[in-house]
Amino acid sequence: MTKTINLTLKVWRQKNSQAKGNLETYSAKNISTDMSFLEMMDVVNETLILEGKDPITFDHDCREGICGMCGAVVNGRAHGPEKGTTLCQLHMRHFSDGDVVVVEPFRSRAFKVLKDLMVDRSGLDQIIQAGGYVSVNTGGAQDANAIPVPQKIADKAMDAAECIGCGACVASCPNASAMLFVGAKVSQLALLPQGKPEAKERVVSMISKMDELGFGNCSNERECEAECPKNISIENIARLNREFIKAGVK
Amino acid sequence: MSLNSNIPEGPLHEKWDRHKFKLKLVNPANKRKYTVLVVGSGLAGASASASLAELGYNVKTFCMQDSPRRAHSIAAQGGINAAKNYQNDGDSVQRLFYDTIKGGDFRAREANVYRLAQISSNIIDQCVAQGVPFAREYGGLLANRSFGGAQVSRTFYARGQTGQQLLLGAYGALSRQIAAKKVTMFTRRDMLELVLVDGKAKGIITRNLITGEIEKHVGDAVVLATGGYGNVFFLSTNAMACNVSAAMRAYKKGAFFANPCYTQIHPTCIPVHGDYQSKLTLMSESLRNDGRVWVPKNPGDKRKPNEIPDQDRFYFLEEKYPSFGNLVPRDVASRNAKEQCDAGRGVGETGYAVYLDFKEAIARDGEDVIKRKYGNLFAMYEKITADNPYKTPMMIYPASHYAMGGLWVDYNLMSNVPGLFVLGEANFSDHGANRLGASALMQGLADGYFIIPYTIGGYLAGEGSSTVSVTDSAFGEAAAQVEQTMDTLLSIKGKRTCDDIHRELGKILWDYCGMARNDEGLEKAKHLVNDLRKEFWTNVTVPGSKSELNQSLEKAGRVAEFLDFADLLLEDASSRKESCGSHLNEAYQTEENEARRDDENFTYVAAWGYAGKEKKAQLNKEPLVFENVTLSQRSYK
Ligand SMILES: Cc1cc2nc3c(=O)[nH]c(=O)nc-3n(C[C@H](O)[C@H](O)[C@H](O)COP(=O)(O)OP(=O)(O)OC[C@H]3O[C@@H](n4cnc5c(N)ncnc54)[C@H](O)[C@@H]3O)c2cc1C
Ligand code: SF4
Ligand code: FES
Repeated sequence: MTKTINLTLKVWRQKNSQAKGNLETYSAKNISTDMSFLEMMDVVNETLILEGKDPITFDHDCREGICGMCGAVVNGRAHGPEKGTTLCQLHMRHFSDGDVVVVEPFRSRAFKVLKDLMVDRSGLDQIIQAGGYVSVNTGGAQDANAIPVPQKIADKAMDAAECIGCGACVASCPNASAMLFVGAKVSQLALLPQGKPEAKERVVSMISKMDELGFGNCSNERECEAECPKNISIENIARLNREFIKAGVK
Repeated sequence: MSLNSNIPEGPLHEKWDRHKFKLKLVNPANKRKYTVLVVGSGLAGASASASLAELGYNVKTFCMQDSPRRAHSIAAQGGINAAKNYQNDGDSVQRLFYDTIKGGDFRAREANVYRLAQISSNIIDQCVAQGVPFAREYGGLLANRSFGGAQVSRTFYARGQTGQQLLLGAYGALSRQIAAKKVTMFTRRDMLELVLVDGKAKGIITRNLITGEIEKHVGDAVVLATGGYGNVFFLSTNAMACNVSAAMRAYKKGAFFANPCYTQIHPTCIPVHGDYQSKLTLMSESLRNDGRVWVPKNPGDKRKPNEIPDQDRFYFLEEKYPSFGNLVPRDVASRNAKEQCDAGRGVGETGYAVYLDFKEAIARDGEDVIKRKYGNLFAMYEKITADNPYKTPMMIYPASHYAMGGLWVDYNLMSNVPGLFVLGEANFSDHGANRLGASALMQGLADGYFIIPYTIGGYLAGEGSSTVSVTDSAFGEAAAQVEQTMDTLLSIKGKRTCDDIHRELGKILWDYCGMARNDEGLEKAKHLVNDLRKEFWTNVTVPGSKSELNQSLEKAGRVAEFLDFADLLLEDASSRKESCGSHLNEAYQTEENEARRDDENFTYVAAWGYAGKEKKAQLNKEPLVFENVTLSQRSYK
């Protein structure tokens, strides 16, 4: 049932990437428990604007948990306390009246803060550019049913392909590793027959790009899997490691 | 002005082939001398950018998000159509063509729609080659499902995330060209102006959303793939940043805006909860394959859904449309839901919702099967509403979803401004007055992968490479205009926020120009929008400055264009004195409350031309000629 709650927010404010930031306190009043977390932030921002103050900057777009644009660390957890949920799909019914909620940007040496809660995740795009695709030009593809894929394999590939590129795995990893993100893409393509011809080059190239960009190594902390809003399994990291070893054996 | 649609001669099924042969080619070695600016990285923009770069053109691609992979196409759920006839159930190019023309209530061009149906199969081949993990049957072949407005099973899907998987395929192809340095990618950019030199599209002005810097980009052609305008209603299933700004800038530079009143209201969305709501969430149409739509027979029946026995339920779609049942096209399903709620049979807190019930499907197929098909949608529903749809029926209500209208384009997808091409949802081309489910993804990818690579060559070969540079005065003037608009917005310092005004605009349009329209309401809405526009330009408040990251300023620019676009929408709706597809004027209905067309007087595309600030837009008509289908009253009985 709909009810309203009052919260105290402590939000990271930082004017730009050079500025020093700090936590500021705001009160969020009469918040309907049917609201999403971002709708609650909208309410706070509307008040700030009317007071002539700078609203809190945060990334968001689809608000359906699919574009991967939103994300912040809420009370120490990437995308907040609900498992398998993006920040935009986190609803206020999971909070209680009087709660103090700390909201900080995804922090990682690989992600620069641009303003307030907005960070630069372009490194993830660069990793994909290093080989996260099948090299086929438009036109000339054979009939789609000429490449049968067992349903089980297709399902597994799809499990991996559900990654939304939000970067929560990187932000929650003590080493700022992007192994879950890379593992998801490598797995999807390694599982499917279409990805096989380039499998070796792909895994080597994506990993070396990841290293070059300052993402760290995986030391099996499993924080990434725990915080991933799409429940991407660390099995994908294991598969990534196997693919990497295979690629070394010439 | 006369509009030349450039539809090729010859029989329908030969037109595209003949046209491809006739189009001039750009010599492979010369392609690198041309630069194409592509605005948008959704299915249409990403597929176009990648394909053009593969051919050898230099491409510059722009998007608003921090990554091209986040374009709104990512949110498409249900699937993509193709006339593969893999199910052996009688599908063909001809049938897909006919279903689309009929679904669009005979207000689309035959030649374009036929080409779309022809290309549909290639799209699936291309996407599978890229590694898109479509759903499979046990034997390993591709699976299909049915969508509204069709009696065959031709929709390909990847769980409930088809748009995501198709976009990631196109994003992969784009990423490959970025790595090859054939595409330069500009993320977090807002296109704020189109630049014409000697009447031709030669560039754009963008704002870097991080630094606030105004940038000038020059090209031999400009491709807009900036998506649809559904957010004019404020509440819609579109992503928050979807806008009409780029299209409106082009319109104000002379490009015609076609059929703006064809707005799709999708029948299956999670109903509005409260005043704070920022968007509405779609529950894919594919759910209507297994879900049954009903309301209580007796108005005001407040029992819980599971306590209402079958004889007290009204399965209104099944009863009214026995042959299509729950799978009638969207406009029909939406209107019927509204009709039931208006008659007092609506459910939920507000009375503006109907049930979508899976009980029977779960009993028949088992929860596992249903979960496999729709698991992520059910989970999303539960997250938002805290109700479990495996146990209790979903509640749904129509919401603004898709724009059939858009910038006018000819058969080459070029607007009436030479060198300005428009792809995907941003153009008006293929869906007539109503789009069938799973056809937008098909159209976006057809435009980007398989049409623009041919047609743009025809234009560029005729033009020769451009000598225009950003020092040209047209760029300076356009940039100055952009700066001035921002200065004005920042200086108003009034008392209302952008969202507040946008929300009011949305309510006006929803009430008077939504699922049902009438002349009186449309006139009223015109006045209300006019007043609201004045209110905006005198009483909006936009904090901050233009030389920094400023999300309020971005919004203000969008709301300003939505307000101007609203005029166009209302004007088009009131000038079309008939009902067709999504456009229902209450004065023109059949006895059974279906849309009644007036083919004698309205079988045309309404292409609106800009006449200047505060002047009434000018109507140009492109007559629609049907040589292959017979116009008939749509019937889904
Ligand atoms: C929730 C939902 C579900 C859907 N499900 C289906 C489905 O199952 N099947 C189907 O066929 N269709 C579906 N559709 C419709 C379909 O997704 C869209 O019509 C289609 O994806 C639009 O693609 P596009 O490439 O034209 O535009 P978009 O994907 O909207 O891309 C627009 C691009 O333009 C950029 N842009 C916009 N304005 C500017 C600007 N001013 N400056 C710079 N860049 C700009 C954006 O950054 C973005 O990159 C669905 C739509 C919604 C909302
Ligand atoms: S693996 Fe999970 S957490 Fe990491 S980017 Fe993908 S969806 Fe986000
Ligand atoms: S806003 Fe798109 S995933 Fe949250």
